[in-house]
Amino acid sequence: MEVNQYLEMFIEESKEHLQACSEHLLELEKNPEDLAIVGEIFRSAHTLKGMSATMGFEDLADLTHKMENVLDAIRNEKIHVSPEILDVVFESVDHLEEMVMDIANGGDGKRDVSSTVAQLKRIELGEEAIPEVVTTETPATAVASVLEYDGFEQTVIAQSTEQGFNAFEISVKLREDCLLKAARVFMVFEILEKDGEVIKANPSVEKLEDGQFDQQFYVAFVTKESAEDMQKKIMSVSEVEEVIVATIETPTTDVASVLEYDGFEQTVISQSAEQGFNAFEISVKLREDCLLKAARVFMVFEILEKDGDVIKSTPSVDKLEDEQFDQQFYVAFVTKESAEDMRKKIMKVSEVEEVIVAMIELKQHSAKEQAIQEVVATATVEVEAQPATAPKTNTAKPTPAKAAAPAKAEKNHAPVGNKTIRVNIERLDILMNLFEELVIDRGRLQSIATEVNHGELNETVERMSRVMGDLQTIILTMRMVPVETVFNRFPKMIRQLSRDLNKKINLEIIGAETELDRTVIDEIGDPLVHLIRNSVDHGIENPTARRAKGKPEEGTVVLRAYHSGNYVFIEIEDDGAGINRDKVLAKAISKGVVTQEQSYSMSDKQINELILASGFSTADVISDVSGRGVGLDVVKTTIESLGGNISIESTQDVGSIFSIQLPLTLSIISVMLVEIEKEIYAIPLSSIIETSIIRSSEIMNAHNQKVIDFRGKVVPLVFLEEIFEVPRKEQQDDEFHSVVIVRKGEKLAGLVVDSFIGQQEIVLKSLGNYLTNIFAISGATILGNGKVALIVDCNALIK
Amino acid sequence: MTNAVEQESIKVIVFQLADKEYAIPVSHVQGIEKLMHITRVPKTAKYVKGVINLRGVVTPIVDLRERFELPISEHEETTRIIIISLEDMEVGFVVDSANDVLDIPANSIEPQPEVVGSLEEEFISGVAKIDKRLLILLHLEKVLNPLK
Repeated sequence: MEVNQYLEMFIEESKEHLQACSEHLLELEKNPEDLAIVGEIFRSAHTLKGMSATMGFEDLADLTHKMENVLDAIRNEKIHVSPEILDVVFESVDHLEEMVMDIANGGDGKRDVSSTVAQLKRIELGEEAIPEVVTTETPATAVASVLEYDGFEQTVIAQSTEQGFNAFEISVKLREDCLLKAARVFMVFEILEKDGEVIKANPSVEKLEDGQFDQQFYVAFVTKESAEDMQKKIMSVSEVEEVIVATIETPTTDVASVLEYDGFEQTVISQSAEQGFNAFEISVKLREDCLLKAARVFMVFEILEKDGDVIKSTPSVDKLEDEQFDQQFYVAFVTKESAEDMRKKIMKVSEVEEVIVAMIELKQHSAKEQAIQEVVATATVEVEAQPATAPKTNTAKPTPAKAAAPAKAEKNHAPVGNKTIRVNIERLDILMNLFEELVIDRGRLQSIATEVNHGELNETVERMSRVMGDLQTIILTMRMVPVETVFNRFPKMIRQLSRDLNKKINLEIIGAETELDRTVIDEIGDPLVHLIRNSVDHGIENPTARRAKGKPEEGTVVLRAYHSGNYVFIEIEDDGAGINRDKVLAKAISKGVVTQEQSYSMSDKQINELILASGFSTADVISDVSGRGVGLDVVKTTIESLGGNISIESTQDVGSIFSIQLPLTLSIISVMLVEIEKEIYAIPLSSIIETSIIRSSEIMNAHNQKVIDFRGKVVPLVFLEEIFEVPRKEQQDDEFHSVVIVRKGEKLAGLVVDSFIGQQEIVLKSLGNYLTNIFAISGATILGNGKVALIVDCNALIK
Repeated sequence: MTNAVEQESIKVIVFQLADKEYAIPVSHVQGIEKLMHITRVPKTAKYVKGVINLRGVVTPIVDLRERFELPISEHEETTRIIIISLEDMEVGFVVDSANDVLDIPANSIEPQPEVVGSLEEEFISGVAKIDKRLLILLHLEKVLNPLK
């Protein structure tokens, strides 16, 4: 099968599914009882397994399969969620992610994950997920398979485990010189029967009572006690040399497989399951000396039919009524009652020796169900996969959908995905360019219409403007992606780091909905990862040190994103140890980054920012930086290549703030147009607080800086004609000045211009690669009259 | 830098600046435009006149007369802007006139003669003699360089 054409799609979708898994796992951690979340993770894992298998990535499929088993057991309540189990699952997801990365880089996705696989298998079998470090003495190693179990016994074991019992195979070895073996056996059994039930013994109980065994015998036993406890208790019997308690490998799937179901019966069962019914396979065993078997059967059926529906029985109902069976018969039954209740009710019928109620595994059905649901959920159109979609998607494989299979909505939980389409980014670019030209011409049309002042023309232009406004909103938002897509991997990362480093860390994310251009988002991820790791590793101190400093044990890392002017700011703030100025300086001097003399004239801020210098290596960092060769200097270069910059503020023992400023590319923004001596400039509206007209007399002088009193605050004045060296024909000596009050964070400034023209929406255009770094100009735009106007960078004007 | 000497001859655009003729290979020329409104950009070199709106793209303009420190003259009917593209930059040059496209045979290109004291020589990568005309081949990178 030619899989290469699907490779890109596979990689994209795998990443999405793995991301969804991670997010849900984090949610699950906070709500361990919420099985709906487990269902979601299971579905993602299941899809991933299918895709990997189809593409021929066996290791991937295998690991996912094991993970799936664990998840399935959790969602069927066979195991309960614990932090250790989650750790193993997280680890599996990590491995899967790395395998996908490997494939994306042209590898084959093979990886030695045998230890994780083993852990998953252990969890599946109901044992404690052993954290790797601890080597326990408990004999809870894998499989106990000395005893053979027939179908009936397997059902018993499976049912007990469902009800929260542990099923053990206990191997007891008596001392060689033990004389009264039977007596010892008796004592062991006494102990066992106090805490649970013996299902089977090998040799059989009779032989054991006769002493007809060597030294060792095996018992299958269910109990609520732990393996260790049972082991200790049995060891307390004298002359017992060794006791090994091993968990019985429950046949995980197909618990109830005595009955065979045809297609129709399967559908009935799965449909009932959807409607909230339980599907059980009930095994009823009558007493050996029971005389009126048919009568008993009749009574059992009466009970069953009161509470549900009998789907099938073995032997068939006819045979049962004719007493053509031994002691045991099986019934497939759907009901809203619980297994326990049904069992009790049937046990009430006299001469019924044993009743076992087991869930019918609908595994094969659920797979089909899922496939149908996925296929119906969305349609994919484009084959060319570029990472251009929003995080919450629910895409189907590219194989043709099985026509109108009705999308049965999830039982508890409507799928959160939006219908999406994958679009090539280039097409978006072209669309954007075309739209920008339209905007310019619209402006022209508007100014012409005002001049000509023709009624119908005005009306049409107005309507056109309205429609274009809507069009604009949609097109702009297409390329802008919320930073959330980058931020959402951090909670998991922090969780892992805090566990690894034994620190308590609280991550706060503010402003995740702030949007950035797609290309910037792609590049900013790695630098942010590095900076956050720094904060956690070097910034936040361990709990003891924090307590000593009088800080709360839990460190806080705040990740904040917001718009200001033409820029987006991303800040990483921590309340950790801050940057040790002297240490940094010493290191910088020793590495030759600065000289001793230079250091005297450097401000604290500059010294802090030395850590960003190339040549300043972070050699004493934990080696686990994923081998990406990221140093802080690379972070700085990446950010600068995006047209942004990074600055650091830090106070020792209080904390640090790493502040990244990134330009908003490709935007249509609202500006205020102002005029200075026939030159038109644009000031981004998002920076403007207010416009105002002040008198010359209101201007005051403070430290050689002209300022005004603006609503009680002292605001410095910036005369744009000076900054921009605007050639003036004659000196203006107005009494009144037009001022635009702008803001950067907390600071304000007043920009003095000649006059205000008005508000307008413009297309932000870059000045190109020839003119870089013009002071206080962040870009240009094309006005309605076809001329270019420069856009003022207010942030540069505010110190 | 203009010499792709695999070819027999190079196709160039010829323009005039104060009585001299200059040539730029067509591969670097995006187009020739008439003069249009130039928006001044503050805090740039003297010879950077500003930017223009070239069909929706904001393009910086360099006045070659000022770049070569030649005496400034009034803009005429024939004044044109030649749009140059070099690596990832697009820049427009204001020239007195531009109206020729010629094929210069590779063997007619000679290294520039030493002319003492002229600023121009930094920007010249060679000269070519065609008929009775002397075409000065520009070293584009050097012309555009300092600003990078």
